[in-house]
Amino acid sequence: MSDNNLLSPNSAPHSDVEDIKRSSNYLRGNLRETLEDRITASIPEDDNRLMKFHGSYMQDDRDLRNERNKQKLEPAYQFMLRVRAAGGVVTPDQWLMMDSLSERYGNGTIRLTTRQSFQLHGLLKWNLKQTIKEVNDSLLTTIAACGDVNRNVMCNPNPYQSEIHEQVYAWASELSKHLEPRTLAYHEIWLDGEKVESSPSKEEQQEQEPIYGAVYLPRKFKIGVAVPPSNDVDVYSQDLGLIAIVEDSKLQGFNVTVGGGMGMTHGDTHTYPQVGQLIGFCRPEQVVELAEKTVTIQRDYGDRAVRKHARFKYTIDDRGIDWFIEELTKRLGWSLEDARPYHFEHNGDRYGWVKGSDGRWHYTLFIQNGRIKDEDDYLLKTGLREIAKVHSGDFRLTANQNLIIGGVTSYKKKKIDELVQKYGLSDGANYTALRRNSMACVAFPTCGLAMAESERYLPSLLDKIEPLLQEVGLAEEDIVIRMTGCPNGCARPALAEIAFIGKAPGKYNMYLGGGFTGDRLSKLFKENIGEAEILDSLSAIIKHFAADRRAGEHFGDFVIRSGYVKEVRSGLDFHA
Amino acid sequence: MVLQVTNSPFNEEQVELLNRLLPGLNDAQRVWLSGYLTAMLGTAAVEAAPIATAAASQTVTVSTAASAIPTTSEPSSEVQVVAPVSKEVTVLYGSQTGNAKGLAQQLSRRLEGEGFQVATVSMGDLKPNQLKKIERLLLLVSTHGEGEPPDAAISFYEFLHSKRAPRLDGLEFSVLALGDTSYEFFCQTGKDFDQRLEELGGKRIAERADCDVDFDEAATEWMNQVLAALNAGLGAGSDTTVHANMSQVTGDQASGNSSAYSRTNPFKAEILENLNLNGRGSERETRHIELSLEGSGLQYQPGDCLAIYPENHPQLVQDILEAMGWSGEEFVTINKNGEQKPLRDALLTHYEITVLTKPLLIQVAALTGNAQLQELVQPGHEAELKSYLNGRDLLDLIQDFSLLGYAAQEITSILRKIPPRQYSISSSPTAYPDEVHITVRTVSYESYGRARYGVCSTQLAQRAEVGDYLPVYIQQNDHFRLPDNPDTPIIMIGPGTGVAPFRAFLGEREETGATGKSWLFYGDQHFTTDFLYQIEWQRWLKDGVLTRMEVAFSRDTAEKVYVQHRMLEHSREVYEWLEEGAVIYVCGDEKRMAHGVHATLLQIIEREGGLNAEQAVEYLARLQQGKRYLRDIY
Repeated sequence: MSDNNLLSPNSAPHSDVEDIKRSSNYLRGNLRETLEDRITASIPEDDNRLMKFHGSYMQDDRDLRNERNKQKLEPAYQFMLRVRAAGGVVTPDQWLMMDSLSERYGNGTIRLTTRQSFQLHGLLKWNLKQTIKEVNDSLLTTIAACGDVNRNVMCNPNPYQSEIHEQVYAWASELSKHLEPRTLAYHEIWLDGEKVESSPSKEEQQEQEPIYGAVYLPRKFKIGVAVPPSNDVDVYSQDLGLIAIVEDSKLQGFNVTVGGGMGMTHGDTHTYPQVGQLIGFCRPEQVVELAEKTVTIQRDYGDRAVRKHARFKYTIDDRGIDWFIEELTKRLGWSLEDARPYHFEHNGDRYGWVKGSDGRWHYTLFIQNGRIKDEDDYLLKTGLREIAKVHSGDFRLTANQNLIIGGVTSYKKKKIDELVQKYGLSDGANYTALRRNSMACVAFPTCGLAMAESERYLPSLLDKIEPLLQEVGLAEEDIVIRMTGCPNGCARPALAEIAFIGKAPGKYNMYLGGGFTGDRLSKLFKENIGEAEILDSLSAIIKHFAADRRAGEHFGDFVIRSGYVKEVRSGLDFHA
Repeated sequence: MVLQVTNSPFNEEQVELLNRLLPGLNDAQRVWLSGYLTAMLGTAAVEAAPIATAAASQTVTVSTAASAIPTTSEPSSEVQVVAPVSKEVTVLYGSQTGNAKGLAQQLSRRLEGEGFQVATVSMGDLKPNQLKKIERLLLLVSTHGEGEPPDAAISFYEFLHSKRAPRLDGLEFSVLALGDTSYEFFCQTGKDFDQRLEELGGKRIAERADCDVDFDEAATEWMNQVLAALNAGLGAGSDTTVHANMSQVTGDQASGNSSAYSRTNPFKAEILENLNLNGRGSERETRHIELSLEGSGLQYQPGDCLAIYPENHPQLVQDILEAMGWSGEEFVTINKNGEQKPLRDALLTHYEITVLTKPLLIQVAALTGNAQLQELVQPGHEAELKSYLNGRDLLDLIQDFSLLGYAAQEITSILRKIPPRQYSISSSPTAYPDEVHITVRTVSYESYGRARYGVCSTQLAQRAEVGDYLPVYIQQNDHFRLPDNPDTPIIMIGPGTGVAPFRAFLGEREETGATGKSWLFYGDQHFTTDFLYQIEWQRWLKDGVLTRMEVAFSRDTAEKVYVQHRMLEHSREVYEWLEEGAVIYVCGDEKRMAHGVHATLLQIIEREGGLNAEQAVEYLARLQQGKRYLRDIY
């Protein structure tokens, strides 16, 4: 272990977050006390760092920040709570619980995330405990939804191959469970569990977190499972990607990719988005061990000094893929097999009713930017609540922030279809294909990292791009378009055919050329531009695309062939 | 001394008669005559008051007095009363907002100017055994809420009305009562004292004066009468002096500082800042207003109040003008000096038009002869009257009783002058030199189908803009002060805008480097939007200027939580602080808060001190007497 970065008291300089984790006594910190403090709706930054491991962190309504300061009021502090479900599968009762919590304690909306989780926004500190308790009562959890641990395990919700989904989903759940932190802090703080009186000894600590240890991982860690031909989970964006290999309707195992990740920092070319590299194949029963060892390698070798250089992708790029495979093989005691052939066709969702191989029906709804709320002319939230009351199957959150009403029997289909009609719940058919393939992160007003608008802005930008497409007859052309308010990449913009990453209010970096199947990174096209220039640029390229595209050629491929941007196959070339 | 025309005010004939009479009188006869003449003067002085020159008043006094002689009682008994040479007078006041105190000080100065030895004492400082020794007592007291005495007067009030009260035979007294005719028990405390002093054997030397919120004229009148009576009773002082003072409108010195600006001459203070302290989505609006005192010479201490002369709502004035068919351009006379103003202006700035009072209704009934109105003000209809007065204004009166057709002057001459509004100052003068801050909750509600607005609060919220000027003066509030000793712990209980003076307290303690512990209890409806001055308390907590803070937000939880609950949660520590000598301050709403806090304090003292209910009451009363339980409630 002499050449690794695992933090010890004598080790090299490390980031302040490492100190916070180390002294937190397994994620306890002073949370109990600071949550009780009635003078402020905030918690100290140190505790907020720990809070993430519990599935929540502090935000404030940035629209009101200056106004409230003048009013001698602290910022409108509130908490985002992320509720995790492996593969995004929940029961109707769990849906109703989320719906109710959002009304009682949140801002009345539910956000479906790009990692198949729920987010509640606008929770006040004093309501967190009750909210988390109710989440756990319904057998969902928030632990490890954020923080330097393995996050929600994504899994293709596959409405077509029912029996394959069942098998793949079972492994995703297994992975999720196995990599969950074991600390009792979560129970103590939120669920009135017994408080551990004395500090555990070092041996006991190892016992307490056998995989993570006392300082957890250097950064977040993401796992996603794709089932070809759909790459909806953007398997190449995952730290550890698993591609299900199915033969004769049976799951044979998984191709393995490592070292993907989206985040970067504006102006720092040492940071970049990266696509995962394919390193081999494992059998289903090997996948848990594979994941655990991969996590421990990142635990031991990830950079704990510089957080923006701490993701797994940098560990691999810095040391080389061969080093990683060697280290992994050493830890596993066995080698991966050669990767098997597979083929992706797209990374978007397919909408409307489909029948699964088990005879059950699935209805995929288009949810604009994943936001479940009622509007005057679109009672989405109410409609879903009414459906949940009669539904006997499940709800599946997709990786594109959409929702599948899954496992509907033929008998129930009529009733649910009536409700779908009654509330006009959209399968996206009334929108352009561009909008159906759009994603935006939350950004303003709640996200503390946002530099520009995203969720609140993309729909209106689309309103202006759509006529350009309609004009040239491309309204039904699937083009993946994504926007984020900062370069951390929550909506995975680096894999989109058209992407916008916020720089400042009203200003975006525009990227082009991501692969339609999510296998290729996009490339900076124009820097720091406003709406007028965005539309001007796009208008010209879209016209060009309509005129000169080859048969079946996707927009992302076209812009590379036409020389608008260079092809980027590795993050190392992203800034080149 | 031989009288001559040149060295006396008499003519030749009078000089001759007097020179024949006086040298032959023995001592007893001289004393008798002296008392006799003075008594005559006492009766005449009242009638003589408006007369401007000393010479003229003499003539009137003597001639009127002459006709009054036959009715006076046996003269020799009067001699016993006036004989002592002592000129000691006790001016005793019970003050809540400082008006009674200000008037007491004004009266004392006038008495001293007349050569009296004056003791000016707050009721809160008067020891019961001193009462018996007082010979002349001038008592000034205000009334609050449902006819209740000021806090500092409660002990004395209860003592005087108890069986332990001593006989006060031989005491000469007069009472000035302050109150507000818009309340049912108008001047009740003053009335009670007046009646009780008489029951105990006191002799009233001047009739009690009951003053409404616009008290200046009535109070001056009462002082004139009191001075005249005292001078007459002593047979001392020349009537020239008395009359000279009587004709003079004395400047109010309630502010107790050397500024040229006062209640009667308010300073026009520029608005420097005017913002809403309540965040978006609040059901409340609370204005934080910063005013400039630069160049005014006005000074204040933490605990003082700022009084503002407000303006009525232009829309209400317009509605009244329209309902009465007045143009608003017509001039009306607004005071006894004959000063005139255009009607609209007078209704905006001079008259009270948002509150109805019983005296107003009586006068309108007399003016109009309206049978319904006359019945309403008859005895036996009190409940009905109270219910009518509540929540109605002049416009209602005009509409309900069809007053259309009366001339503007007929109506305005029976209106009260608009009273100034007082607000606890929320700034420390040390922290903000030349500035004064107030914290004003906007009052608006609906009543009888029409939106109603708090006169001053709405003006401040809707019309007063930065750069505008407001007429203000400082209302001293000596019973609500930081402890002299900077090490003394303080407990401050101030929900809502009641927190205002505590911002001044902490600002002052920060500036002066006071080291005493401090503990603030604050509450309102919602944490997110209604936590007034939140970031300032947070800073003071961080810097140690504020030791502890408890908050209660009543509408954030299913069960309503108030400051009292937080006090009980920390019952033991509150009691420990009291035992360590802490001063406890309560500021804010009386009915809904202060009573509850009072009961909670008793509960804490009982529980933590192992006392029974009676002992707890005594404990708290001792704190009050020791000026360690101070309230500024409204």
